[in-house]
Amino acid sequence: MKIEILGTGCNNCLKLEENAKKALKDINKKDVELIKITDITEILRYGIMSTPAIIIDGEIKAYGRIPDIDEIKTWVK
Amino acid sequence: MIDLFYPFQWVANNITNRLNLEGHIADSVNFIIYDVIKIFFLLIVMIFAISYIRSYITPEKTRTVIGNKKGLRYHFLASITGVFTPFCSCSSVPLFIGFIEAGVPLGVTFSFLITSPLVNEAAIAILWATFGLKLTIIYVISGILIGVISGYIIGLLKMEKYVASFVYDIKMMKIKEEKKTQKDRIKYAKKEVRNIVSKVWLYIIIGVTLGGLFHSFAPEGILEKYAGNSIIGVPIATLIGIPLYSNAIAMIPIIESLVGKGLPLGTALAFLMAVTALSLPEIIILKKVLKKELIAVFVGITGFAIMITGYLFNFIV
Repeated sequence: MKIEILGTGCNNCLKLEENAKKALKDINKKDVELIKITDITEILRYGIMSTPAIIIDGEIKAYGRIPDIDEIKTWVK
Repeated sequence: MIDLFYPFQWVANNITNRLNLEGHIADSVNFIIYDVIKIFFLLIVMIFAISYIRSYITPEKTRTVIGNKKGLRYHFLASITGVFTPFCSCSSVPLFIGFIEAGVPLGVTFSFLITSPLVNEAAIAILWATFGLKLTIIYVISGILIGVISGYIIGLLKMEKYVASFVYDIKMMKIKEEKKTQKDRIKYAKKEVRNIVSKVWLYIIIGVTLGGLFHSFAPEGILEKYAGNSIIGVPIATLIGIPLYSNAIAMIPIIESLVGKGLPLGTALAFLMAVTALSLPEIIILKKVLKKELIAVFVGITGFAIMITGYLFNFIV
């Protein structure tokens, strides 16, 4: 599984990354590649203007908000 | 008309009475307690309401709706949408590029970019609590018009070549709107309330306290002598306000106490608008996508529009 976190490094993006890591740890999911995308032109190519955003296996799950741990769990199960 | 905030005044009076305070100190304490309760009440209500509406009006949606359409009414549309979108200086570049990529004309994009920080939920709440509803409505309308007019002028100047060339090379994917239930929207609005209040509460208490002390202890009319000049005051206030960062909304209660002591309203308003609309961090971030000529025009026109608004208030209202 591939999880991409999109954000330029503001507080909200760090919070999303933290939530994603906690969610993975809680359900003890290993085989995951967590990638951070911080370059703004790269983020825009995905069509995202409101950061942070989370993409799982190529699918945009949320943008412009910070999904909580439980919500992320339902996506990575 | 019934005073909506009477219960807050009642609470403040009761607390002051119990503290057995007298004279100027009682005055200050009463004023501070009343203002703090009122500001936090309005902050929570406004942030919740605007965030809820925001869950319908995302920038991703706005840029496709406006697309490559020109005309004054799209400046209005962009400017009004700017009221509802979140704006911190870290999001100005992605929003700018996103609009341009969707074919939104440069001037219309600026109408959006100018109003977005100028009219925001936190400023509306604090203005309402301190200066009253009427002035807040005038502020919101002036803010929207400043965005429309400044953006329109920037459009007429045809400055497309002063946008960094890489901006035009970016190709963005089309994305689907996230499906949101009513529950999601309410949850989002609550989160925004918590987010913003936790960021500004301390500054607001400091601002209200300083304002309250000035309100009770400074002699009447003390500012008329120094800052009362309705002509020179406006450009000076605007120039001081430009580099300051918009978190300075906590200064609104201080400004209100200054107006109480003789600072002309238009001068105060020009200062507040300059603080929220333009800031040094934002200008530095925009330098990534705009060449210096366009930044100068953007700051110059917006600053000029703010000064005109200040004069209108000093001389007409």
